[in-house]
Amino acid sequence: MNVSINGPQIYWESSWSVPLLGKLQITASLVDAWIILVLIGVLCWWLGRGLTVENISKKQAVAELLVTTCQNFVNGNMGEKYAYFAPFIGALFSYSALCSLSSLVGLYPATSDLSTELSWALLVFVMITYTKIRTNGVGGYLKGFTTPIPVFTPFNIISELATPISMAFRHFGNIMSGGVISTLVYAALAVLSQAVFGLLPGALGEILSLIPLFQLGIPAILSVYFDLFSSLMQAFIFCMLTMLYIANAAQTDE
Amino acid sequence: MLDKAIVLAGCAIGAGLALIAGIGPGIGEGYAVGQACSAIGRQPECKGDVTSTMLLGCAIAETTGIYGFVTGLLLIFVAPGMFTGMLG
Repeated sequence: MNVSINGPQIYWESSWSVPLLGKLQITASLVDAWIILVLIGVLCWWLGRGLTVENISKKQAVAELLVTTCQNFVNGNMGEKYAYFAPFIGALFSYSALCSLSSLVGLYPATSDLSTELSWALLVFVMITYTKIRTNGVGGYLKGFTTPIPVFTPFNIISELATPISMAFRHFGNIMSGGVISTLVYAALAVLSQAVFGLLPGALGEILSLIPLFQLGIPAILSVYFDLFSSLMQAFIFCMLTMLYIANAAQTDE
Repeated sequence: MLDKAIVLAGCAIGAGLALIAGIGPGIGEGYAVGQACSAIGRQPECKGDVTSTMLLGCAIAETTGIYGFVTGLLLIFVAPGMFTGMLG
């Protein structure tokens, strides 16, 4: 039995190296993320074509449903004041969900590479910090670290830095663990079917034990949870946390 | 040879111990879901709000378990290579 659990495959590596970052690499997750981006772009372009005010087509009804759902989602969690966040949240949700779901068609899910989530989390961290500074001013932002008493400053800095790290690791860990557990179950089922069918006498047992029959069907049940439910769940959680943190950052201390 | 064996054994034991972190989120999420169920039982009309809040809370409670899992993964896939490389 050979089980291989690998990171993303590296397609290309530069011969020179960039200071601080090391060698540049083009990995499977990078390529697949770009495939998803192009897919979302084409889908948006197709859905947004030929819109009319009256006698709307089925396509337009779907597009309107998606846009309205996204706007209601943002308005319900952040308030009307932040309605301009709807496109960002919609893009983040569709990107994250489609990246995780791409494992269903055999692509390497970009979300099971920590770099993807870490870049999203850093983007969100920049937005949170920007919102805090815009609300309280630079002085107020820096003063916020010394609350309630100056002794707490190191802990406040750690808790500030923990936000992007925990967001990234939560998403990464969930998708990654799904992949690892699916691989292990798949390998274990192959061994099990070899052992069970090997008990059959004669040539029948020898032939059947070569075919991992238990791999049919059973992994699909796991896939429903790990691929479908977990992917959509994590995309939802990531967007929800983004909205909550940004809305929270915009609240002024009385 | 022996020192490498000790490093590998330590990594494997550590990975197993790291997954003890799964107990806490299990208990916490079970409690949260139980409370959400009783809340829905008392007030079925606020099912949507309760469900979305519960899922968010569960995801946050899961974080510590995920940390344990990531630590376990690092101990299995990254640490042995790193430490045996240090031994030379």
